[in-house]
Amino acid sequence: MAIPHAAMQTAATAEAPRTGTWDGGNEPFKASYGKLMMWFFLLSDAFTFAAFLTTYGMVRHRHLAYVGKAHDFFFSTAHWPIPEKVFNAFPGLHGIDIPLAFVALMTMILIVSSVTMVLAVEAGHRMDKDDVQKWLLWTILFGGMFLGCQAWEWTHFITGSEHGLKMADGSTVFGANLTVNEYGPVLFADLFFFITGFHGTHVFSGLCLLVWAFIATSNGTFHKRGHYEMVEKIGLYWHFVDLVWVFVFTFFYLI
Amino acid sequence: MAATNIPTNAHAQEAPHVQHHATGDHHDEHEHHEGNFLTKYVFSTDHKVIAKQFLISGIFWAFIGATLSTIFRLQLGWPEATLEWLQPILGSWVEGGKLDPAFYLALVTMHGTIMVFFVLTAGLSGTFSNFLIPLQIGARDMASGFLNMLSYWFFFLSSVIMFISLFLETGPASAGWTIYPPLSALPQAIPGSGLGQTMWLVAMALFIVSSLLGSLNYITTIINLRTAGMSMAKLPLTIWSFFLTAILGVLSFPVLFSAALLLIFDRSFGTSFFLSDIYIGGEALNHVGGSPILFQHLFWFLGHPEVYIVIMPAMGIVSEVMATNARKPIFGYRAMIGSLLGISLLSFVVWAHHMFITGMNPFLGSVFMFLTLIIAVPSAVKTFNWLATLWRGNIRFTTAMLFAIGFVSLFISGGLTGIILGNAALDIQMHNTYFVVAHFHLVMGSSAFFGMFAGVYHWFPKMFGRMMDEKLGYVHFWLTITSAYLIFLPMHYVGIAGFPRRYYAWTGFEMFNQFADLNAFISIAAILAFFAQFVFLFNFIYSIFRGRRATENPWRSTTLEWTTPIEPGHGNWPGEIPAVYRWPYDYSKPGSESDFIPQNVPYSQTVSSNLPYEKEME
Repeated sequence: MAIPHAAMQTAATAEAPRTGTWDGGNEPFKASYGKLMMWFFLLSDAFTFAAFLTTYGMVRHRHLAYVGKAHDFFFSTAHWPIPEKVFNAFPGLHGIDIPLAFVALMTMILIVSSVTMVLAVEAGHRMDKDDVQKWLLWTILFGGMFLGCQAWEWTHFITGSEHGLKMADGSTVFGANLTVNEYGPVLFADLFFFITGFHGTHVFSGLCLLVWAFIATSNGTFHKRGHYEMVEKIGLYWHFVDLVWVFVFTFFYLI
Repeated sequence: MAATNIPTNAHAQEAPHVQHHATGDHHDEHEHHEGNFLTKYVFSTDHKVIAKQFLISGIFWAFIGATLSTIFRLQLGWPEATLEWLQPILGSWVEGGKLDPAFYLALVTMHGTIMVFFVLTAGLSGTFSNFLIPLQIGARDMASGFLNMLSYWFFFLSSVIMFISLFLETGPASAGWTIYPPLSALPQAIPGSGLGQTMWLVAMALFIVSSLLGSLNYITTIINLRTAGMSMAKLPLTIWSFFLTAILGVLSFPVLFSAALLLIFDRSFGTSFFLSDIYIGGEALNHVGGSPILFQHLFWFLGHPEVYIVIMPAMGIVSEVMATNARKPIFGYRAMIGSLLGISLLSFVVWAHHMFITGMNPFLGSVFMFLTLIIAVPSAVKTFNWLATLWRGNIRFTTAMLFAIGFVSLFISGGLTGIILGNAALDIQMHNTYFVVAHFHLVMGSSAFFGMFAGVYHWFPKMFGRMMDEKLGYVHFWLTITSAYLIFLPMHYVGIAGFPRRYYAWTGFEMFNQFADLNAFISIAAILAFFAQFVFLFNFIYSIFRGRRATENPWRSTTLEWTTPIEPGHGNWPGEIPAVYRWPYDYSKPGSESDFIPQNVPYSQTVSSNLPYEKEME
């Protein structure tokens, strides 16, 4: 009885199923399901942002552009404002026209936070707990700074100038909110609040994740697990948020 | 050490194990579960339980959706009749025996919303993607059981909110399932654009979260958790269709999310994204600069892929059921995958064919028309392949098979009118008429339902360990397909005659009187279809408890789910997960003793039937 069994056994082991990259039984992208999920989620989120930026493009296209020389530019609800004329303030430098300097600083801060994030992920690969902690903390700091800058920028945008804008009905409007806008058509303000706000919400969620990861790292949770993949996944999200900012920045401030 | 690891013993135990997969003969090795009723049946992370939760929720919603349609069919068929007898249910909506016109709009809106999203997206994908993906690819569960559970509970929360909105005093959302602003944006426009619309938007936002969590799981599970040997070219077509459906969902639902968020801001926070130049009661609103067309673009960027999200799982199910019951390999397996890929790609570039007459540039219209008509090609490939699968098959007319054939029939009938509607010039005449209603109810509504029924009848034994009753199944099938055609064929005539959709009554138009009897006829057929579904409901519930006990592989099918025990525990296979050696369609292979060879049987055990190129794999 033992012999046929043994024969069958060899037959069965001789024909193991195929083992190519896509033949199953492995991870074809050499990425865990969690990382894949993050990638697909980001793809999905990219479509959300794409829809908003499309909205921006279509709405802007429906409005008249300002014609004339840039230094003659004046705010009016009749034409879309030139961004450099709207975003030209810098904290502490009241009344001085420095176009886009503050937003450039914000962008710089966010990009630096991406660099520190990369360093945190790299430290995770080395299983260097202290370095992970250090770089996560830097990332949290820069992320927080970005949000702080955005808060200032919003406050400035909402408060508006001293002279305000005279409307057709004789009233004067100061600053902007979702229904009035000193700087131009009301939709300019609507879109500004909505899109930068939606991005800011993403940064804020990212910060929450980072703080959580920092606490978990300090407690040694990831070290015991044997890998810092969670930091890597949050890193993917963080870079994505950074990348989206580049698009938001381009659309709102440069074009 | 030595005592626990005796090599000869291990071999002796493993040898029958191999055989045991080959014959598909399992004995009950009970998996012991920890956990109580709550973690096992309510907050379960087992994909099979979650699938059943989606199925039962879907059935619940389907009956709500069908009831709504029956009520508005009563109104359309007999506009003069008194509906006083409905007062106990509908209360003040039928004051004086007359259906409130505002409520009529709510009925069509909620019918569409419920059927498209809650039944044919959540009920169909949620059920079968969850149930079949791990079982058919050879995985113990979804990649993340926890997110999968969250996916169901987000859907549940969304369902609760949508359900409560049905009972609002101002009525549920009433601006059509497409919720075009400004109608949906301004509470002063219609009663349904008040709280009902707000709840609709909140419910849909939660629904999108649910759909995203589900889809991420389906995609990553299929990529990462296929068992050894299960290459992409050995996946059953069900899995391919669920895979691509999930990708469509991940890429298109976020755009609806964006649109819904922008609409929420327009409605509640005074922005003007979709609003401009509106006068109500002679007074100008202070919304300027927005574009309602923009909403339509955003909506249909989801809305069009959405119809494929609805139909593709049904296509996968039908392919699988048809090959099994025709006892033939699916005709053109790779062409089936290719056409699914083609449909998925095209689905993203045809959305504006829903907007031909919105004032869009006619040149753009002709581009979208061209792309739309190309969809006929992959659709025709699929139809041809299904027919060729049936050709000279050794057909077993199980209930599931009947529904699968019914699906193909409805898909052809409804698809043909798609070629007419996809034409920008013809659409000038046809848009917003009952011709459109007839078209999409056949091609995606009824046929997706038929796919779903085929799936339920076919996989019921795997879900509940019992068989559904075949005779009641036949009754259900014949009543349903007959009434489906009796409803929707006459609707084409009504549509060509120019009857606009979403009208409360046509009695004000002299020219429409000639079709009053045809409308009554459609309504009678609709009522028949409605009652036929109770045959299914009875069969479904009765069979769960009293149905004939299932065997392990009742349909003699090749795919992996039938190698599990009759009622698989959490983890699906008590022993090792079987490895896969062949494609899923080895039916009636010449030279084989049995008329089907399961995927987990190695070529060495089927020497007599191996084809020349398979010899080397022996």
